[in-house]
Amino acid sequence: MERTHYKQEINMTEALMSRINELISHYPEDKRKSALLPVLHEVQDAHDNWLSIELQDKVAEILLIKPVEVYEVVTFYTMFNQRPIGKYMFEFCQTSPCCLNGVEDLMDYTCEKLGVGIGETTADGLFEVRGVECLGACGYAPMMQLGDFYKEHLTKEKVDQLIADCKDDKIILHDK
Amino acid sequence: MSQKILLDKINIPGIKTYEVYRQNGGYASVEKALKTLTPDEVVEEVKTSGLRGRGGAGFPAGMKWSFIDKKSGKPRHLVCNADESEPGTFKDRYLMEYIPHLLIEGMITSSYALGANRSYIYIRGEYMWVYKILERAIAEAKAAGWLGKNILGSGFDLDLYVQIGGGAYICGEETALIESLEGKRGNPRIKPPFPAVSGLWANPTVVNNVETIAAVPWIVNNSGADYAKIGIGRSTGTKLISASGHIKNPGVYEIELGLSVYEFMNSDEYLGGMSSDRPLKAFVPGGSSVPVLPAHLIYKTAAGEDRLMSYESLSDGGFATGSMLGSGGFIVYNDTSCIVRNTWNFSRFYHHESCGQCTPCREGTGWMEKVLHRIENGHGREEDIDLLVSIQSKIEGNTICPLGDAAAWPVAAAIRHFRDEFEYHIRFPEKIKNRDHFVAEPFEKVKHLVTKQTV
Amino acid sequence: MKVTIDGQEIEVEAGTTILQAARMIGGDVVPPAMCYYSKLKGSGGKCRCCLVDVTKGSDADPRPMPKLMASCVTGCQDGMEIASKASPRVQEARKSVTEFLLINHPLDCPICDQAGECDLQNLSFEHGKSASRYIEEKRTFEPEDIGPNIQLHMNRCILCQRCVQVADQLTDDRVHGVMDRGDHANISTCISKAITNEFSGNMIDVCPVGALTDKTFRFKSRVWFNKPYNAHRECTTPGCCGKTTVWMFGNEIQRVTGRKDEFHEVEEFICNTCRFDKKELTDWVIEGPREFEKDSVINQNNYTQKLEKVEIATEKNILLGRDQDRKKISMASNPLDINTQNS
Repeated sequence: MERTHYKQEINMTEALMSRINELISHYPEDKRKSALLPVLHEVQDAHDNWLSIELQDKVAEILLIKPVEVYEVVTFYTMFNQRPIGKYMFEFCQTSPCCLNGVEDLMDYTCEKLGVGIGETTADGLFEVRGVECLGACGYAPMMQLGDFYKEHLTKEKVDQLIADCKDDKIILHDK
Repeated sequence: MSQKILLDKINIPGIKTYEVYRQNGGYASVEKALKTLTPDEVVEEVKTSGLRGRGGAGFPAGMKWSFIDKKSGKPRHLVCNADESEPGTFKDRYLMEYIPHLLIEGMITSSYALGANRSYIYIRGEYMWVYKILERAIAEAKAAGWLGKNILGSGFDLDLYVQIGGGAYICGEETALIESLEGKRGNPRIKPPFPAVSGLWANPTVVNNVETIAAVPWIVNNSGADYAKIGIGRSTGTKLISASGHIKNPGVYEIELGLSVYEFMNSDEYLGGMSSDRPLKAFVPGGSSVPVLPAHLIYKTAAGEDRLMSYESLSDGGFATGSMLGSGGFIVYNDTSCIVRNTWNFSRFYHHESCGQCTPCREGTGWMEKVLHRIENGHGREEDIDLLVSIQSKIEGNTICPLGDAAAWPVAAAIRHFRDEFEYHIRFPEKIKNRDHFVAEPFEKVKHLVTKQTV
Repeated sequence: MKVTIDGQEIEVEAGTTILQAARMIGGDVVPPAMCYYSKLKGSGGKCRCCLVDVTKGSDADPRPMPKLMASCVTGCQDGMEIASKASPRVQEARKSVTEFLLINHPLDCPICDQAGECDLQNLSFEHGKSASRYIEEKRTFEPEDIGPNIQLHMNRCILCQRCVQVADQLTDDRVHGVMDRGDHANISTCISKAITNEFSGNMIDVCPVGALTDKTFRFKSRVWFNKPYNAHRECTTPGCCGKTTVWMFGNEIQRVTGRKDEFHEVEEFICNTCRFDKKELTDWVIEGPREFEKDSVINQNNYTQKLEKVEIATEKNILLGRDQDRKKISMASNPLDINTQNS
């Protein structure tokens, strides 16, 4: 399948490389490939939450595997983004228990408020709304994932507050 | 109050930290096992306990352990399945988030029993913050000497790591989990060989659910026989139930197996009844994969006995009138919810999560979703109901892994128990245009439109 | 050890799979196989076409296996009894899988180069239905160019993954694989890279459907209009046997493939030079015509034997109606005469 090729600036900082090497050390010497998923997460977090082909090639080089082995994995798992995405990605769980608690209305509300459709990024590149499958928080519905964290028992007011906090740069996305 | 063995200390302030956990008797099972028991004796205790796999299949854990190949001399691994993704289930996350050291203690004791020197906890990618909690807890345990070389001078070495997933329900299937742990796509493997013979990196491997492993410390500290005394019949011990949907108190509960569904639903200690005055319509007892049951089969089995929270009682009556305990994802629906919409929702989930490796699941899950979507949106045809029954029967049993069955069962059960609701959607498309169609006008009120009239 | 398939007994060695045992017996008991390929390690188990019913596990443990088993990845046990074509349950399962494989298939056989030698055609001929119950829109993929030699038609792919295994096991620089997941899983290089490895052409031969076809043969001829001959040449590519089948139209070599056995598996793999570059008669030593199964479409163009004229008793009556129809649309200046047509 033909895919659009997006460009990205790659910056493998020392901190990132040392974390990658630590992750690699979790596996036997000849099983470096096993570190692929955790390494992809680290690299993605350090690169605006998406992975260009060049970045994936870089990961392949570090783990001594073929680039296609990385592409296969990146395209299989839902958490790896293959295009530039909004800085704050609101990933609403839209599986049954969350629907019972009104997540669909909340998604409509959020989309309307941000002026985007599901899967779209706002013009300022700040927000993106997505519907995802069960996140394992059914008892705390409706909820969404924002960065590394869950925002639970959501209401329209809480969504408003979150949007305001994001704009004020008050939201921590990653727990490093 | 029923006995708690997993969550008994959950309310102690600071139990998340190593110091508090240790002060409250934490890691005692490691001391007891490493100093006074042989690995085989630990396995025997777990066998005696009757502990069954808490991930959903309910396979006896001790038996699974005894299958691990010790003769080949290859390194062995214990892998904890923390890829909790079954809709309706969120118990493992609760355990790991609030009492992470219990899982780590269980991993050490269990690894010792299996002779595993390199073990992993595979946690789903979305639980990123829990991954960090576990990483820090492992570092604490290691600093305190519970991990590494020659633990407690016993000669037993153990390296324990957390591995993070990338967002794929299928990685909860044990061989897909192993593939993912090897840095590959989460495609389930063809069995045999079973992981006990050839698992992680082709080494003998046991994969156990978080809750299963967390039960091991109590069993070792007390005894398998003590554990077997809790519960009912072959459903021994306690079980974490994740409760969600239209109930007053959603959340995670530890129950003694054998508690009646009625008491669990209605007592204030547990769910506290429905969230509003709308009546109970249906429930799913064990996560989205298991058959949904209509109101009249919830508290009583078809034979008129009390329905209990146990593997046997919940499946009483087979699929005709029963369901399964599964992973303990307890989802409750009141009369505003639409079974067709809910079935479509689950179907969409399985369609989204199918790995695409084998034909029936790859093609069938998408087909079911499309047909259900049409029905739910007023474009159904009368023959679509039988078509769905046919598609699901062609998936069931013909796939590599149980995801096919998991996708097929909810559809079959929904049609089995709520066929008239499907007919209503097909015959009165203008009445279901709004997604909240049953809020103002519950199905009970319009049921007569599709009931066969005797003239 | 001894196994029985549909009542036919055979002695096999330990480690033999049910499918291999069935192939030893041959004939009707052989389950169809769309993903298994004996020459490719790790193949099989995915398409679910070869499901069989193990009615007796073994002499030691005679219990039947509850689920249908994929015969290509299930090992024989001593005393095992298996129902293949004889079992209605197995027949039903094969029909189901066939239906699933076809719902999203474009059914573009009239313009597909694989037609006539397509395993999916054969499968649907035996297990398919003439009508589809699928009324939804079919899944399609954006096309991808994977280089000058191989044409990828993802819409036709059944994801057997044989081509990935070829790249993994015959070459050391695999650049394509399975991307995405579920019903959107697709064979791709992800970066639209040309697949140029010297053994990559074997992807075409192992592909059971028309997803990977030979660009140098594209739309040149229907396979049944070609005459296949076994041929060989002194090939200098390391690892290439130089033994091929050349597909001729008159004196023109239109296509070169590996030599395929009765299960449509190549006997030995060949290099791209033999496959794509050697299209002159002078390149090859022709050994003689290649034979095909008697019911194969390719065999309808049989030139290795003299065909007896077949008389079908009912032909007259069948053609009568057709001729009447033709008469209605035939031109007045050129009338059809029923009497001379049917005599």
